[in-house]
Amino acid sequence: MSASLNTRTIIVALVVAGLLLLPVYTTLSGNVFGLTVFTRIIIYALAAASLNLIMGYGGMMSFGHAAYLGIGGYAVGILAHEGIGSGFIQWPVALVASALFALVIGALSLRTRGVYFIMITLAFAQMAYYVASGLARYGGDDGLTIYKRSDFGGLIDLSNRVQFYYLCLFCLLGGIYLIWRIVNSRFGMVVQGLRSNERRMQAIGFPVNRYRLVCFVISGTICGLAGALLANNTDFVSPAAMYWTRSGDLMVMVILGGMGSLFGPVLGTIAFLLLEEALSQFTEYWALVMGPMLLLIVLFARGGIDGMLGRPRRG
Amino acid sequence: MAEPLLRVENLVCRFGGVVATDHVSLDVHSGELHAIIGPNGAGKTTLISQLTGQLLPHSGTVHFAGQDITRLAAHRRSRLGLARSFQITSLLPDFTAADNVALAAQAHDGHSFRFWGNARKERGLRETAQSALSRVGLGHRGDTVVSELSHGEQRELELAVALATRPQLLLLDEPMAGLGATESARMVTLLQELRREVTIVLVEHDMNAVFALADRITVLVYGRVIACDVPAAIRGHDEVKRAYLGDQHVVTRHD
Repeated sequence: MSASLNTRTIIVALVVAGLLLLPVYTTLSGNVFGLTVFTRIIIYALAAASLNLIMGYGGMMSFGHAAYLGIGGYAVGILAHEGIGSGFIQWPVALVASALFALVIGALSLRTRGVYFIMITLAFAQMAYYVASGLARYGGDDGLTIYKRSDFGGLIDLSNRVQFYYLCLFCLLGGIYLIWRIVNSRFGMVVQGLRSNERRMQAIGFPVNRYRLVCFVISGTICGLAGALLANNTDFVSPAAMYWTRSGDLMVMVILGGMGSLFGPVLGTIAFLLLEEALSQFTEYWALVMGPMLLLIVLFARGGIDGMLGRPRRG
Repeated sequence: MAEPLLRVENLVCRFGGVVATDHVSLDVHSGELHAIIGPNGAGKTTLISQLTGQLLPHSGTVHFAGQDITRLAAHRRSRLGLARSFQITSLLPDFTAADNVALAAQAHDGHSFRFWGNARKERGLRETAQSALSRVGLGHRGDTVVSELSHGEQRELELAVALATRPQLLLLDEPMAGLGATESARMVTLLQELRREVTIVLVEHDMNAVFALADRITVLVYGRVIACDVPAAIRGHDEVKRAYLGDQHVVTRHD
């Protein structure tokens, strides 16, 4: 057990070290493109990690997680458009808006289970998508260009690629640390117990939906942060950020990396987005290759990449 | 006589046209071991589920410790001190035995909106879990994942989980189901000990166990109580004999 556990720890440590040192390499080599690619990867990894909290640990298969990417992004974009450029206002608004959205759709959709839950979360995200498409003042279908990134005074300059990269990495590592604390806490034990056997959890005295809802809101809020980062990264936010295919991508990243594994979503996102990047160089039909690969993972390696690295399977 | 711990009055539950619980009334007194027996399909599990809140009755009332709990949610009943074990083992299969019991203890130790400290390192919860595990003879299996426990051990773990909620009333739905002779004997010994500490309602098919353990026995046939008495009287009861000989038509025409 310790041998495989070590391989796993070493790989995670190498990945984290690589991410920390990447700007050094890109600055020395002048490879700006690499930094751009990995900034995007890190932001999506944060979104995937937040989805993993409800999907992997909580057993809630949300098919509408991209909605929070859009809500976080639009909070930044709309405030910027209205002349409020301070990140100290934009970001808290992004988080609160995402939390409220999660609270409302969670309260409604957590009455259902299984396929119905998947469908309801999908429906709510699509509603958010169409609402955003209808915001004529903020670009409607075409999306909204953000002319100035969030302003944090002299604290940090988001227009500086390296500083922005480290901010994203800080958010990712901070988010993962938070999730790690949560899943091992009393609250996390309850949420994972619910994934395992809801009836049993009820019988021993837990009001189950309250715990599910709070977990759902935490997850949505973290993803809203990823949305705020993403809007700053692309200087643009559009309804496409919330489209259901994007929610699907997030699910694939989580499954690819390994559901219910702390670093799995990071590995999954790196694999997914690098593959997408590499394959799309050869063909625009890159999904044709990605699809069968995912199929193989689901069929033969249930634990995803992290599972292949020898993660012990237990709650 | 003192107020019974559990009082069931005129409970009715239907599934479509089938009356699974037909005006059942039943008292369980503090400290007794009350067995419920009846042929397959008599509605025993349905009755238990209405007592614990997994099912709601169509009419009738359930009082527990003087309080009307007929419409109370399952988790609230557990808080009041009503614990159950399931006929078909229902545990958290991917958690360790100790985790299963610790969660039950946690459920009765305030709310669980605590997001930071490591729950597996909380000594209070772990000690409660360990003592409940030892109580049922699983003290050495705490770190084993449930799916790797034997069936008999899982049945014992069901009991440990129920005990960890510090119940006043333990509802056991066929704790001997699927156990071999040795395991059954161990379970009977265990229940002999537990009955001194907690009031028990026992649903069981194993008649030897029921007659060895019960203070009183209620016999359920087609959702209806046909007898409720001490074991000796039940043994000699004509209707009960007929029900168990399979001549159930006679019984349905009763009343």
